[in-house]
Amino acid sequence: MATVTGAPPLAPAPGPEERSPRRRGRLTPYWLLLPGMLWLLVFFALPMVYQASTSVQTGSLEEGYRVTWHFATYWDAVTDYWPQFLRSVAYAGAATVLCLLLGYPLAYLIAFRAGRWRNLVLVLVIAPFFTSFLIRTLAWKTILADGGPVVGALDALHVLDVTSWLGVTAGDRVLATPLAVVCGLTYNFLPFMILPLYTSLERIDGRLHEAAGDLYARPFTTFRKVTFPLSAPGVVSGTLLTFIPASGDYVNADLLGSPDTRMAGNVIQTQFLRVLDYPTAAALSFLLMAGILAIVTLYIRRSGTEDLV
Amino acid sequence: MTFLRSLSRRLKRRLVVIAGLLTLGYLLLPNIVVTVFSFNDPKGRFNYEWQRFSTDAWTDPCGVAGLCGSLSLSLQLAAWATLGATVLGTMTAFALVRYRFRARGAVNSLIFLPMAMPEVVMAASLLTLFLNLGAELGFRTILIAHVVFCLSFVVTAVKARVMSMDPRLEQAAQDLYAGPLQTFLRVTLPIAAPGIAAGALLAFALSFDDFIITNFTAGSTVTFPMFVWGSAQRGTPVQINVVGTAVFLVAVLCVLAAMVMGNRRNRRRAS
Amino acid sequence: MITVIRKNSAKNSSRNSAKDSAKDAGKDGPEAGGDVRLSGISKTYGSFTAVRPLDLTVPQGSFFALLGASGCGKTTTLRMIAGLEEPSSGTVSLGEQDVTDLPPYRRPVNTVFQSYALFPHLDIFENVAFGLRRRGIKSVKKQVGEMLDLVQLGEQARKKPHQLSGGQQQRVAVARALINTPRVLLLDEPLGALDLKLRRQMQLELKRIQTEVGITFIHVTHDQEEAMTMADTVAVMNAGRVEQLGPPADLYENPRTTFVANFLGTSNLIEAEVDSRSGDEIVLTAGDCKLVLPRARCSGPTASGGRVLVGVRPEKTSLTHADEAGGIPAGRNRVTGTIADSSFLGVSTQYVVDSPVCPEFEVYVQNIDRDPRLVPGAEVVLHWSPAHTFGLDAAQDIDAGTGTVGPDEGMAA
Repeated sequence: MATVTGAPPLAPAPGPEERSPRRRGRLTPYWLLLPGMLWLLVFFALPMVYQASTSVQTGSLEEGYRVTWHFATYWDAVTDYWPQFLRSVAYAGAATVLCLLLGYPLAYLIAFRAGRWRNLVLVLVIAPFFTSFLIRTLAWKTILADGGPVVGALDALHVLDVTSWLGVTAGDRVLATPLAVVCGLTYNFLPFMILPLYTSLERIDGRLHEAAGDLYARPFTTFRKVTFPLSAPGVVSGTLLTFIPASGDYVNADLLGSPDTRMAGNVIQTQFLRVLDYPTAAALSFLLMAGILAIVTLYIRRSGTEDLV
Repeated sequence: MTFLRSLSRRLKRRLVVIAGLLTLGYLLLPNIVVTVFSFNDPKGRFNYEWQRFSTDAWTDPCGVAGLCGSLSLSLQLAAWATLGATVLGTMTAFALVRYRFRARGAVNSLIFLPMAMPEVVMAASLLTLFLNLGAELGFRTILIAHVVFCLSFVVTAVKARVMSMDPRLEQAAQDLYAGPLQTFLRVTLPIAAPGIAAGALLAFALSFDDFIITNFTAGSTVTFPMFVWGSAQRGTPVQINVVGTAVFLVAVLCVLAAMVMGNRRNRRRAS
Repeated sequence: MITVIRKNSAKNSSRNSAKDSAKDAGKDGPEAGGDVRLSGISKTYGSFTAVRPLDLTVPQGSFFALLGASGCGKTTTLRMIAGLEEPSSGTVSLGEQDVTDLPPYRRPVNTVFQSYALFPHLDIFENVAFGLRRRGIKSVKKQVGEMLDLVQLGEQARKKPHQLSGGQQQRVAVARALINTPRVLLLDEPLGALDLKLRRQMQLELKRIQTEVGITFIHVTHDQEEAMTMADTVAVMNAGRVEQLGPPADLYENPRTTFVANFLGTSNLIEAEVDSRSGDEIVLTAGDCKLVLPRARCSGPTASGGRVLVGVRPEKTSLTHADEAGGIPAGRNRVTGTIADSSFLGVSTQYVVDSPVCPEFEVYVQNIDRDPRLVPGAEVVLHWSPAHTFGLDAAQDIDAGTGTVGPDEGMAA
C-alpha cells in the first residue's frame, strides 16, 4: 500500500538561483513572441489607429474621406447621443451590482456548502454557455412575455407598481422596458461573476472560519471581516468581467428592449452598419472605449489590485 | 412560538443555500425554456408562445433554409480560430513565463487590452481597418477577428498552467540527457497540455458563440449566431431551439462522462 | 583563495574494487575517472554576487559536502557543476575535460534535485528509465528493474510519483540519477523535505549507496549534522566564499573563523589579548583571567598585544561550584561566573553561565552525578584543558554564523 502524499508538487516560487539559463539563443523569446504580437499589432493596435484617424475625417461615401482634424464630430456625438452613453453606464452598473448580489451566494455555496455536489453545480453554471447566448436571450422573450406567468406573478405581488413608479417598467409590461434589458444583461454575464468569485473563495482555508468563530466572531461578522475581504480579488475581477462587456453590449437592448432603451453599442452598430456614417461611428466607438478605460482604471486604482492578468 | 423560532433559525442557516439555488435556477431557466420550446409547434413565424407538442423540428433539424449551412460554417470557423489562437497563444505564454526580455510590460498590456475592451469597440475598429484596406469581408476577415479576441484568453489559460509548473522539471530532463527539443516534447508539453487544452476549449466556445464581432466583420457571410440574429427579426424557426438543446446536451453529457471516468480512476488509484 | 585537497590514495584504492563492479553493472556508463575541478569560478546576478571566485578540487570517489546557510552560494556552485547555471567567470573540469561550455544534457553528471523534480506525468519506471532512453538505449527493462530493486521500490514501478511517500520519492530521484552511472552525482538538499527519523535513515542509506557504487557525490545542505554524518570532506560556505574545508572532525575541533566556530555546533568565544609566549603556547589575558592556548591552534595574531578570540566547545568545559574551586587541577583554563539558566536535556544538562569575560557561556554537563547546588544564581568556576582551546582573529564579527544576523551577513544578504 502506498501512502499518497497529496497532489503532485506545484512549483514553489522559484528563487533567483532557480532560473534556468538560456545561454544558447537569447533571441528565442522574441521568435516565440513574434507571430502573436504581430497579429495583435496588425489586427488590434493598428485598427485603433485607423479608427482614431477615421473619427477626424470628413467626406462622404461617394467622394471618399480625408483627414481634416474635424474634432466637431466628437462634440456632435456627445450632444446627440449622451442619453445612450448614460444608459450604457447605468444599465451595465445595475447589471454588475445584481450579478454580485446574485452570484456571491452561489459562489459561496459551491465553495463551502456543496460538498460532493460541487463539480455538478459548477458544470451547471458553465453549461448554459453551450447554447448560443442569442438563443438563450430570445428565451427571455418567452419568459417575460406580456400576460405570462412571471409578469402575472410580479403584478399580483405589486412589484410592477413599484418598478413602474421607479420608471424601469411601463404599466403591466416588463418586455421592452429597462428592467428587461438589465435582467438580460445580468443573466448573460452572471457566470463571468460567479467563476472568479468561486476561484478566490475556494482558496480560502476553511479553518479560517473556525478560527474566526473561536475568536468570538458571529457568522455574519466572520463573513464581513474574514471571508469577504479575502474574496476581494474575485470581486474585483468579477465586476470588471461583467461591467466591461455589459457596457458595450447591444444584443440585450435590441432583443429585449425598445427604442427607448438603446445603449451606446446600439448607436455604434447602427452608425457603422446601417447609416454608414463612419466618422461619427468611429468617434462614438472611441468615446465608449475611453470612457470604459477611464472607469476601469479608476476602479482598479481604488481597489488596489494591480495584477489582474 | 418555539416552532416559529426554530423554523426561522433553520431558514437563517440555510439562507445562503436557498439564495444560491435561486440564482442557479435563474441561470438554468432559459435553457429549460429553450428545450421545452424545441418541441413546440408554433402558429406564426415566431416561436415565443406555447401551442402544442410536436417533434417535427427534431426529426427535420435542417428543414430551415440556411440553418445547417451556417452551423457548419461556424464549426469550421471555430476550428480554424482555435488552431490559430492556440498556436500563437501558447508560444506567447511560454515566452512570457519562461524568459526575461525587454518590453515585457508592453507585451502584457497588448494581451490584456483586448480583454478589457468592449467587443463592439474592437469590432468597429477592425471594420475600419478592413474598409480602409479595401479587404473583402467574409470568412477570412471573421477568422482574423476571432483569432484576435481568442488569443488573449489562450495566453491567460496557458500562462497559468506553465507558471504553476516547477522549472526544475525541465532542468531535471536536461540533466538526464534530453536536449532542448526532447525536453520540450517529453516534459514541458505533456505537463502544459491541460492548460493548452483549456485554452483551446475556451477559444472554440468563444469563437463558435461570437456574434458582435462577427456581425461587423462578416459582410454577407452567415454564421450560426448571425443566422439566429437574422431570424429574431424575420421569424424564429423551432430548429434553432433544437440545435441549442442538442449542443447543450452533448456538451453536458461529455463533461459528466469525463467526471465519472475521473472519479472511477481516482478510486482505482486510491485502492 | 585556493583550496586543494590531496587525494587520499589509500582510501581511493579501497574503493576502486567497488567501483569496478558498479561499472560492470552499467555497461554504458561513461569512463570513470577524474576529479571535479573548479578554477576561479564565480557567479553574479546583476550587482549581486552569489559566488565569489572559487577554486575547489573534489577528488574522485569522495563524498563531498557543501555546507552553509540559505543564500550562501552553495546551490549556485552545484548548479554550475551540473551546467544549469552559466558561470560568470572560471572553468569547470571533470578529470582532464573542460566542461564549462557543455550544456547539462552533454555532461556526465546527474543531479538529485531539491524536492526531487520527478516527472508527474510519467510513472516510476519511466522516470528512472528517462536518462537511458534519451541516450538511445533500447532495452532498459533489466537495468531499471535492478536499479529499482537497489532502492527497494521494485513493487512500485507502475505508480505515479504523487502516489509515493516522501521517502520513496527521494529514493526514486536517487535511482533516476544513479542509473546513468554518472561520474559525479550532485545532491541538492536531498533530504530537506523528509521528517527527522526518515532523514537519519536516508543519511545512512545514501552513505551505503555511495560506498557501494564509488561514484563521487557532491552534496549541498544547510544541515551541519547531515554534512558531518555523511561526508568525507566538508566545505563550509558563507556569503559566496568557502570559509574552511576539511574532514568534519577537523572542522569541528579546529575552526579557523568565527563563522565556522558558530555554524558548526556552538562555541564560547572570549575576547582576549596576547600577553606572552612560552614555547608552543600563548598566554592571553581576558579581564583578570589568564588563558593558555597552543600556538598551533591559533589562527589569529600571536604577537604580544594581538587581539584574539579564545574559543572552547560547551561539551569540553567542566563546571565546578565555587566552594570547591580548590579541587580543580592546575594548568587548566579557568573562568568564573554565575549560573544564569539551566535546562535539563536528559542525557546532559545545559547551563548558561554569566561571566564577566563572556556574557552567555554555554556548558553541557553529562548527567552522571548531578550537583544539587548548581542552580541559577550559584557562583561557579568553568574550566577546561588548554589543548581543547582554539584561537581566532578578533577582527571578525563575533556573532557570525550564530543565526542572528550580524552586520556582515546583513550586508551580504
